[in-house]
Amino acid sequence: MSSDPKLERIAKGNALALCATGTWTASFAPVLERMVADAEKLAGSPQNIFIDVSEVAKLDTFGAWLIERLRRSLTQGAVEAQIAGLSANYSSLVDEVRRVRANPVIDSGTITITGMLEQIGRTVAGVAGTVAGLVDMLGAVLAAGFRTLIHPRSFRLTSTVHHMEQVCWRAVPIVVLITFLIGCIIAQQGIFHFRRFGADIFVVDMLGVLVLREIGVLLVAIMVAGRSGSAYTAELGSMKMREEIDALRTMGFDPIEVLVLPRMLALVLALPILAFLGAMAALYGGGLVAWLYGGVDPEAFLLRLRDAISIDHFIVGIVKAPVMAAVIGIVACVEGLAVQGSAESLGQHTTASVVKGIFFVIVMDGVFAIFFASIGM
Amino acid sequence: MAQETQNGIQDPIIRVRDITVQFGATRVLDGLDLDVKRGEILGFVGPSGAGKSVLTRTIIGLVPKIAGSIEVFGVDLDSSNTSQRRNVERRWGVLFQQGALFSSLTVRQNIQFPMREYLRVSQRLMDEITMAKLTMVGLKPEVADRFPSELSGGMIKRVALARALSLDPDLVFLDEPTSGLDPIGAGDFDELVRTLQRTLGLTVFMVTHDLDSLYTACDRIAVLGNGKIIAAGSIADMQASQHPWLRQYFHGKRARAVMG
Repeated sequence: MSSDPKLERIAKGNALALCATGTWTASFAPVLERMVADAEKLAGSPQNIFIDVSEVAKLDTFGAWLIERLRRSLTQGAVEAQIAGLSANYSSLVDEVRRVRANPVIDSGTITITGMLEQIGRTVAGVAGTVAGLVDMLGAVLAAGFRTLIHPRSFRLTSTVHHMEQVCWRAVPIVVLITFLIGCIIAQQGIFHFRRFGADIFVVDMLGVLVLREIGVLLVAIMVAGRSGSAYTAELGSMKMREEIDALRTMGFDPIEVLVLPRMLALVLALPILAFLGAMAALYGGGLVAWLYGGVDPEAFLLRLRDAISIDHFIVGIVKAPVMAAVIGIVACVEGLAVQGSAESLGQHTTASVVKGIFFVIVMDGVFAIFFASIGM
Repeated sequence: MAQETQNGIQDPIIRVRDITVQFGATRVLDGLDLDVKRGEILGFVGPSGAGKSVLTRTIIGLVPKIAGSIEVFGVDLDSSNTSQRRNVERRWGVLFQQGALFSSLTVRQNIQFPMREYLRVSQRLMDEITMAKLTMVGLKPEVADRFPSELSGGMIKRVALARALSLDPDLVFLDEPTSGLDPIGAGDFDELVRTLQRTLGLTVFMVTHDLDSLYTACDRIAVLGNGKIIAAGSIADMQASQHPWLRQYFHGKRARAVMG
């Protein structure tokens, strides 16, 4: 049924007819475009040119537009090129494309120096905006928290428990597994290097201090930022995209109170629990390696551990956990609520949530390190 | 094409036979038969939850069926190979209920997306065809560089229609095209579908709740109920039907208002 399209030039008296034949549809668009571009070169010739479409077997928007484009380029001054032999079936289609305004506006994406400077300026201003956004959210969450304290009935227990399950209970296996492995690796590396000085037993000191003060909570916080921070951002972001948050607002609910507070609370409760479990798993893993690889038997390990660490080490570690949880939660919720209408924006904000979450966790850890050093803990 | 339309009366463009779709224990479609003729606008109605969208999605292959056969353009979609299926998919366009525009692409990129995939043509031609499609669906060229999140509901529907028409399909599926539009916008949209059907020789499969659309745009109406087609025919046939749901639908308060 479909035959190759052609555009033949036939001289008729002192006029030139461009006879279109065959199937002028989207499937032949590349061929059609080339033929039309060829024929457009005839523009400016003194001959009278008209386009004969009586032999066209099939026409669609692509074909009709190309014929229209040819007609326009052949039109010189006031002398319009004519289209002849148009069947009734297709005349409405040709009329339709005749209404199309030519020269589509193409947005030019040229790079200029001012443009680049503007971009840098915007990025710097954006950093200040990020900090302001975090402080704003912190304030909003605290205000919502106080309101809930005054009116405990408005507290969403079910939601909080649900999020506790998601971010705490369901995270236990992966957190325990990873911290266990990290404990194993620290012990192995410690023994390997300390053995040269005959100081094998000091691996227990290193493991205890490192795991309880730093690694346990930091590692768990990073995992939680990747696991739950991203989930919070994606949840809130897709709710924002589908106007669910606007719906809440119109019903007189505060999205911070309904959505953010339960999530924050769940995270603040979950992280110390996870950090504790993680630290225990890391000590267990380290002890296991010290025994099997380093020949430090469990009794000696425990004895040494009791000497090496005090409750201070544990407190230093665990005190950081809720603060880090709050930072992760605030970053995740700010990013979630900043999502715009597109899927791409959701992806960008989820990435930003994890990256910023981890960054702020490490900054907080540094601040805590300075603080504890100066108070001598 | 005129001749095809003549032959098309014996030769349905969609032939659905005995299809059954089940979600868990609920049977949504139960041995349903349906023919859509070439060149017609078929309006598809039925109570909410009767499975209108499910039938549409089953025909286009988004919902699996447990029995029956579907032929589109004479190709059995179950026994077809990938290239046959590709070919069929190239020849149909789908307008989803929410528009389903790609949110990270501009209007222009949305409309050009299928062209880029299937046709090797210059950017200039794609841009010009995009403008033609936008003009056809009644939008200004200025919207081409906007993102879907910057459009109103009616504009989203129009852009989605332009995208559905981007490869000049022979068949379009419209899932509630006028829902969420104001009555004037909806009327324009019906008019638009009619015009496009005339100019492009489209076959239109339209799921709708809009009585106005049924009266002004549709050649034929099929009614879904209890997982089957309970009636199919012209608007006059529907009004004459004694089926209780049809009587309520076509003789209710709103129907009387539409008929004047």
